[in-house]
Amino acid sequence: MADAAASAPPFAEGGEAVIVADGLTRRFGDFVAVDDLSFAVEAGEILGFLGPNGAGKTTAIRMLIGSLPPTSGTARVAGHDVAVEPYAVRRAIGYMSQLFSLYGDLTVRENLDLFAGLYDLSGERRSGRIRWALANAELEGREEQLTAMLPLGLKQRLALGSAILHEPAVLFLDEPTSGVDPAARRAFWELISDLAAGGTTILVSTHYMEEAEHCHRVALMNRGRLIAIDAPSALKASLERPILEVRTSDPSRAAAILDGLEELEDATMFGRTVHVVVSDEAVARERIAAALEREGVELGEVRRVRPTLEDVFVSLVRKSGGVVAG
Amino acid sequence: MIGPAGTEGSRSVAPDAAPAIEARGLTRAFAGVPAVEDLSFDVHGGELFGLVGPDGAGKTTTLRMLAGVLRPSGGDALVLGASVARDPEAMKPRIAYMPQRFGLYGDLTVRENLDFYADLHGLRKGAEREARIERLYRFSALEPFAGRLAGKLSGGMKQKLALSCALIHRPRLLLLDEPTFGVDPISRRDLWIILQEMLAEGITILLSTSYLDEAERCDRVALLDGGKIVALDAPRALQAGLEGRAFEIRAASPRAALRTLRERPETRRVALFGESVHVTLREPASRLPAEVLRAVESAGTGVESVEALRPSLEDVFLELTGG
Amino acid sequence: MTFGRTLAIARKEALQLRRDPRSLTLGFLIPPFLIVFFGYAITFDVDDIRLAVWDADRTQASARLVDAFVASGYFRVVDRLERYPDATEALQSGDALAVLAIPRGYARDLAAGPSPVQLLVDGSDANTATIAIEYAQGIASAHSRRVTLAERDARPTLVPDSRAWYNPSLDSRNMVVPGLVAVIISILAALLTALTIAREWERGTMEQLVSTPVTRLEIVAGKLAPYLAIGLFDVLLAVGIGTLLFDVPFRGSLLLLLAMTSVFLLAALGFGMFLSAALKSQVLATQFAIVATYLPALLLSGFIFAIANMPRVLQLATYLFPARYYVTVTKAIFLKGVGIEVLWPQALLLSALASLAIAATVAVFRKEVA
Repeated sequence: MADAAASAPPFAEGGEAVIVADGLTRRFGDFVAVDDLSFAVEAGEILGFLGPNGAGKTTAIRMLIGSLPPTSGTARVAGHDVAVEPYAVRRAIGYMSQLFSLYGDLTVRENLDLFAGLYDLSGERRSGRIRWALANAELEGREEQLTAMLPLGLKQRLALGSAILHEPAVLFLDEPTSGVDPAARRAFWELISDLAAGGTTILVSTHYMEEAEHCHRVALMNRGRLIAIDAPSALKASLERPILEVRTSDPSRAAAILDGLEELEDATMFGRTVHVVVSDEAVARERIAAALEREGVELGEVRRVRPTLEDVFVSLVRKSGGVVAG
Repeated sequence: MIGPAGTEGSRSVAPDAAPAIEARGLTRAFAGVPAVEDLSFDVHGGELFGLVGPDGAGKTTTLRMLAGVLRPSGGDALVLGASVARDPEAMKPRIAYMPQRFGLYGDLTVRENLDFYADLHGLRKGAEREARIERLYRFSALEPFAGRLAGKLSGGMKQKLALSCALIHRPRLLLLDEPTFGVDPISRRDLWIILQEMLAEGITILLSTSYLDEAERCDRVALLDGGKIVALDAPRALQAGLEGRAFEIRAASPRAALRTLRERPETRRVALFGESVHVTLREPASRLPAEVLRAVESAGTGVESVEALRPSLEDVFLELTGG
Repeated sequence: MTFGRTLAIARKEALQLRRDPRSLTLGFLIPPFLIVFFGYAITFDVDDIRLAVWDADRTQASARLVDAFVASGYFRVVDRLERYPDATEALQSGDALAVLAIPRGYARDLAAGPSPVQLLVDGSDANTATIAIEYAQGIASAHSRRVTLAERDARPTLVPDSRAWYNPSLDSRNMVVPGLVAVIISILAALLTALTIAREWERGTMEQLVSTPVTRLEIVAGKLAPYLAIGLFDVLLAVGIGTLLFDVPFRGSLLLLLAMTSVFLLAALGFGMFLSAALKSQVLATQFAIVATYLPALLLSGFIFAIANMPRVLQLATYLFPARYYVTVTKAIFLKGVGIEVLWPQALLLSALASLAIAATVAVFRKEVA
């Protein structure tokens, strides 16, 4: 892995956070795609935008990179107002879209040349950065290969390299690891982490809840609104309740029985087990055993499992009374 | 204590009952490039079986062959007793297939789509048909949207509709290609409730997913990489193979810890995970070896905590694919 | 093949059609619009030919000749030229399409024998020019005869009495409109159906459909049904427009026309669907449909250019186009009023083409994704 720290990008001076959104809103006719979004991202931070498809993540990012004007509210990226100076914003940032924005019918080198040109790179800096991008994607010696022929993991890394040829202060990534195999995904996140350590501010949007673990903070979005923003561990801790995984001889009956128990907050099926949200673990274990024995359901192993961000998401949405409906 | 994973559940499968799916050497190539190579596996009746792997691993190709919409280049599979290579039409009345792309008609309403699939499967108009639609409405919570064009539904609702249309003729086998991809968590839960109900009724489900955490719900999983099966077993059995080897280390400087750990001979894989580092050792141990801990500390970073990790399917996958 | 599944497909297709503005426009608005538009625009009659006259003779005889031209109704005198060279300018400027040049001494020569008269015609529009020349020659020879007979006080020996049957007024519209119906319907039929199967493949709905027990024939038949209905409706509309707006006579059986139209539609629609199934791409299918139906329908169906005048090779090729038979059918039913006893060869051939189209579609349509 090439060492990104050697080419640390400059970052915003002064007290202003690198990305600041204030009441950012976007409507399409009657439909509110992004509703009153407000947050700030510091230099060197990795912020994850997490939420299902249709939550407004892509629309929010489009506004932040200056390619979609907001209906109301403001946002400043790298010191520039996105509505007033969109071109200045775009010069200061890197953007990697979901579809990787590479031209399949160009070779690796041709794509890199194209992006170097688009970002106005020239001379020593240009050749140096292209060399870096090739090394980073482990594509040295394969410059003449058609991009469409590359496996997904390498395409992804090439796309990332292309997006940061000009060493931007801010990087926007839209679903960067969609469909990529776990090994490539981990390598990708290490690179992101390197970049952040070097001072680059990174905003990632994804619908893979577990990917959020890689972020410093996570912003959960649903139906255009921000429902929570905090570090992943804090979000999970906020769920407050332990979750027990209960194995039985009759999972669906067990789920029905346990869901009816007042002491338990929630009981849902997970595969052939039942996941139960409890308040007091010891008490809950007792109650569960008693209830199941009463109904003649044989109890197997009960173990504690970690809450996932998905659990957090569902809980938050339910708590706010909202429903993710069509 | 309930028996080994895979046999628990509300009904047990008779050991000599023919498997719902028997794949033998299933192969498919496109323009000479193999997408799926020599797949052989069984799916038992009433089982929840997962085909797991990233994009390009061959999941969609495999499902398409089993659904009879893509002819194998080599090998064969018996689906509910019918050969997909010789007679792909034979099992179609008894299966349901949900492709990765939304396969319903966006310019028809929810109700019109349901009616269409009911007609297609020869379900006569009458009490029985109405009852089934009612039941599907209950599961999917789609009744309020019966008159809405399917194209205007959210992703999660589209999938619930697709599943409802798939179930209307009471198939014996469900073939689902990434049914929860990109779906919001609440709709995903709804979908799983429907699937679990179906399992309780004895329907066999084969689904593909790239969500490794979702794969943990399955009775058995086949991990696919590059068109080949690299592992096939119950998730817990696969994870047990890595038991005692995974640890999570929180340190003041995770990157320094990462570098140090990578250099240690005891470690097989080290990955950064947000602010912590996940380590996979070569040999199982009840706790992180003292030498390793000392090395990290002497690298100049304070260690805040060390915790034994239950290995995830992702760890298993990486282990098996040499990632 | 079950009726229930076919009906399900037909109903679905109809619902989708109803909600698709493009298909509705193509199916219901464009045909009547085109028939009205081209019905007015395409005419082979040439009247009101602008004539400039240079009469150097200025006699009663020459005046009578000019009168003959005007009296025919085809020519209208727009200018009297002073000098012969003015003729060039009259033609170049386009003020006149033809110039009648009567030299000095016309009347004197007339008494003695043949008297030359010149007609100059703007040849840049060959069709119109040819027709103008024909008219002029006709007028001239009729006038010549009159003059001769008048001189000799004799009666003509041979008086041809020509009448054009079925189209006595030789109104070209009567020839054009029935043929136009055939052409427009065949083009639109192919265009409409070129979209359907390919569209389902491209949208992904076909992948799900082929995993059900529905057969290929059921899919094809179910998809054809609503378009067949639209086509029949369009033909009825065309008959209405033709008879009410253009006064084209309708002498045959409407029922027979609808029956023959159904068979023709099956062939035309079937062909469009064949392209859709074979090419699996909407863009390709529509391009092929346009090329493979528009040009042949226009040029090779006998609509404008008589097949008998074509080179042998092309004549043989026309047997493949359903539009060819249908043009014959429409003209026959509109103008001649004949029945199946005459049109059975066309019926048979159209049926054969329809069967061929549908069979080819089913054969090439695979219930497979790749």
